[in-house]
Amino acid sequence: MGSLLRMNRLLSSIVESCNCIIDPQLPADDLLMKYQYISDFFIALAYFSIPVELIYFVKKSAVFPYRWVLVQFGAFIVLCGATHLINLWTFNMHTRNVAIVMTTAKALTALVSCVTALMLVHIIPDLLSVKTRELFLKKKAAQLDREMGIIRTQEETGRHVRMLTHEIRSTLDRHTILKTTLVELGRTLALEECALWMPTRAGIELQLSYTLRHQNPVGLTVPIQLPVINQVFGTNHVVKISPNSPVAKLRPAGKYMPGEVVAVRVPLLHLSNFQINDWPELSTKRYALMVLMLPSDSARQWHVHELELVEVVADQVAVALSHAAILEESMRARDLLMEQNVALDLARREAEMAVRARNDFLAVMNHEMRTPMHAIIALSSLLQETDLTPEQRLMVETILKSSNLLATLINDVLDLSRLEDGSLQLDIGTFNLHALFREVLSLIKPIASVKKLFVTLSLSSDLPEYVIGDEKRLMQILLNVVGNAVKFSKEGSVSISAFVAKSDSLRDPRAPEFFAVPSENHFYLRVQIKDSGIGITPQDIPNLFSKFTQSQALATTNSGGTGLGLAICKRFVNLMEGHIWIESEGLGKGSTAIFIIKLGIPGRANESKLPFVTKLPANHMQMSFQGLKVLVMDENGVSRMVTKGLLTHLGCDVTTVGSRDECLRVVTHEHKVVFMDVSMQGINCYEVAVVIHERFGKRHGRPLIVALTGNTDRVTKENCMRVGMDGVILKPVSVDKMRSVLSELLEHGVVLES
Amino acid sequence: MEQIQRKLAEYTASLYNEKILDEQFIQLQQLQDESNPDFVVEVVSLFFEDSERLLNELAKALNQTNVDFKKLDANVHQLKGSSSSIGAQRVQRVCISFRNYCDDRNVEGCLKCLQQVKIEYTLVKNKLETLFKLEKQFVDAGGSFPVV
Repeated sequence: MGSLLRMNRLLSSIVESCNCIIDPQLPADDLLMKYQYISDFFIALAYFSIPVELIYFVKKSAVFPYRWVLVQFGAFIVLCGATHLINLWTFNMHTRNVAIVMTTAKALTALVSCVTALMLVHIIPDLLSVKTRELFLKKKAAQLDREMGIIRTQEETGRHVRMLTHEIRSTLDRHTILKTTLVELGRTLALEECALWMPTRAGIELQLSYTLRHQNPVGLTVPIQLPVINQVFGTNHVVKISPNSPVAKLRPAGKYMPGEVVAVRVPLLHLSNFQINDWPELSTKRYALMVLMLPSDSARQWHVHELELVEVVADQVAVALSHAAILEESMRARDLLMEQNVALDLARREAEMAVRARNDFLAVMNHEMRTPMHAIIALSSLLQETDLTPEQRLMVETILKSSNLLATLINDVLDLSRLEDGSLQLDIGTFNLHALFREVLSLIKPIASVKKLFVTLSLSSDLPEYVIGDEKRLMQILLNVVGNAVKFSKEGSVSISAFVAKSDSLRDPRAPEFFAVPSENHFYLRVQIKDSGIGITPQDIPNLFSKFTQSQALATTNSGGTGLGLAICKRFVNLMEGHIWIESEGLGKGSTAIFIIKLGIPGRANESKLPFVTKLPANHMQMSFQGLKVLVMDENGVSRMVTKGLLTHLGCDVTTVGSRDECLRVVTHEHKVVFMDVSMQGINCYEVAVVIHERFGKRHGRPLIVALTGNTDRVTKENCMRVGMDGVILKPVSVDKMRSVLSELLEHGVVLES
Repeated sequence: MEQIQRKLAEYTASLYNEKILDEQFIQLQQLQDESNPDFVVEVVSLFFEDSERLLNELAKALNQTNVDFKKLDANVHQLKGSSSSIGAQRVQRVCISFRNYCDDRNVEGCLKCLQQVKIEYTLVKNKLETLFKLEKQFVDAGGSFPVV
């Protein structure tokens, strides 16, 4: 191009110099040159500005890993620009320097371009791969975003569950639990409707118990055996059900597109479902059904995390319900126990009151009833002594007999009450057994002879004469039984036989638990009373010894008994560690009453009581105690005076003292007896006895000490015996009693409470 | 004389019927003999003195703000003893319930019982005085008591 130009220029110079004919062809070259000139200029400009721009923008950006390449590129471009710029000077004639510069520039440009071209071979793949990486990273970022979204939703779910659980578990009231569940679920999941179906008592139906929004008729029920319900109950996962199933038909019809419905089972745990070592068996469980409905027309769908939320909540509800149930049970049990406690307390107090009332009553009646009887009997017997006409005498005798009967009845009733109380104790003493039987016989004989009955008594030869036991009560038993025999026999005989029971005769097939063991100091007395009376039917035999019952046959004969007699006998016999029964072969065939009681053998007695005294017949008593020195100690002035009068009447020489100290001061060995009232307060009168014992040492030197007391309970008696007193007497003391006491004292040195 | 005797007998019987006296009183009468002709009257007078003193003590004790139940009980015990010694049965009975109230520390009950005791005591006092008057009349008219 340059050479052509040069040639052109040469030609043109020639032409100019010639100014010849070639002119019309050459202006085209001028124009071309001009254009080239301009293009070169602009190229250079561009070439120079591109690096500037590059540098500017690269400087601006923070990251550009290929600065060296940039420099190279810049150099390449600059040089290219320089080349084109220099070209501007080579259009016309130019000096050799310009040519040299041009050449240098071109050479450099060529060098740099080649180097750059070579570099680009390496760089361009890199640049391309940057793009790929960028795409890759974008994908990764999208994925992370997605996962973040999932995690966030899960966390929200967890939060909701926690919140729901907290709400549900914050109450122990069943209804609140269920209501709260529905409300919170509805809120969290933005449900349209949430309903709970509970199984009925019978377990055949599900009843709509709670709904969230709609006021459904709450008595709605569906049978429990629907397939959809079975499906839900069969798994512990949430099950999607059709909006048209009966359990989901809770919304008013007419919505366009009902939202999706799910249902889940809620196990209702009962206490009995827990075995000791097992987890609760889910087989025989009752379930409730929870139905959740998404809002209609919302195109929402149940998401997995929402379903999981529902499952978790259902479980929690089950637990909360079971807690509530347990709490209810225990509160109910506690209330029941408290009620029972109160009732028992009341019953106990009533019983105590009743017992106390009964005791008070007995205490009062004891006195109340006996006193008028005494008065009647005493005065009637007094009356008997006076002059009476025969009719009057008969009347008085009747009065006496009736009152004696009444007195016996009263005694019976009071005795029985005391027997039942367990407060009765036997009065053990030595007595003549043979004499006792003879006395019974003599008492019965008159009545029997009136009825023309023969009464026989046979005592076996080995029966001891003197025995230890309760004489009065044995007499009562005998009289009762023999009396019955006589009463219920219209004719014939009554035979009484008594002998020592041997081991074979001790056994009674009807009382296998009665096991009697005779010993050295005791023996068992067996008494049989056989009569030829009306007999007893086998049905009546068990009732004989119960209170107040009388068989029909007996009742008609107007026997006039209280019905208590045999019951009392049985109690007495039991107290004597014995057994009583009646045998009869039937009506009209008579009956036999048999009892066995334990009696002591005197002479070998090892009782800890005061040594017994044989009761002597009355006519051996000392009649006067003339000059007997006695000391009376009593705090109560009136009582003291009465006792003094009593003893003076009997002829004693009486000294009275009003206090313990006085007593100890005054007492001497001349006093034969000291009568001490121990019903004083303070119980320290027992000390006096101890002191007297100490002071007077040997038995023969010291006065005998007798306690006078208003009550003869065990404690008092024991206390008296413990301090070594010689006797205990119950106040009030009658003249006769005092007389017999004194005579016993002086004869035997001791007296038993009578 | 027979009239007086009858009146005396009736009166005595009524005393026993109304339970004002019990057989202890009969015992007392038995103790009366030639060597001790006024035994009963002496004992009864002593009883009156003693009881009046005790009743005053009881009233005083119950008037206190801090009732000393032990002392109260001791006095009632004395009264009970005396009344039972002469056979004043009703008085004795009230004393028993009086003691129960003392044990329960029941001031109301005690006050009630005190009233009752006073009433019973006055009653028995009057009756006995009447009895003695009748007996005196009887003796003055020449009668003598049969040994009961």
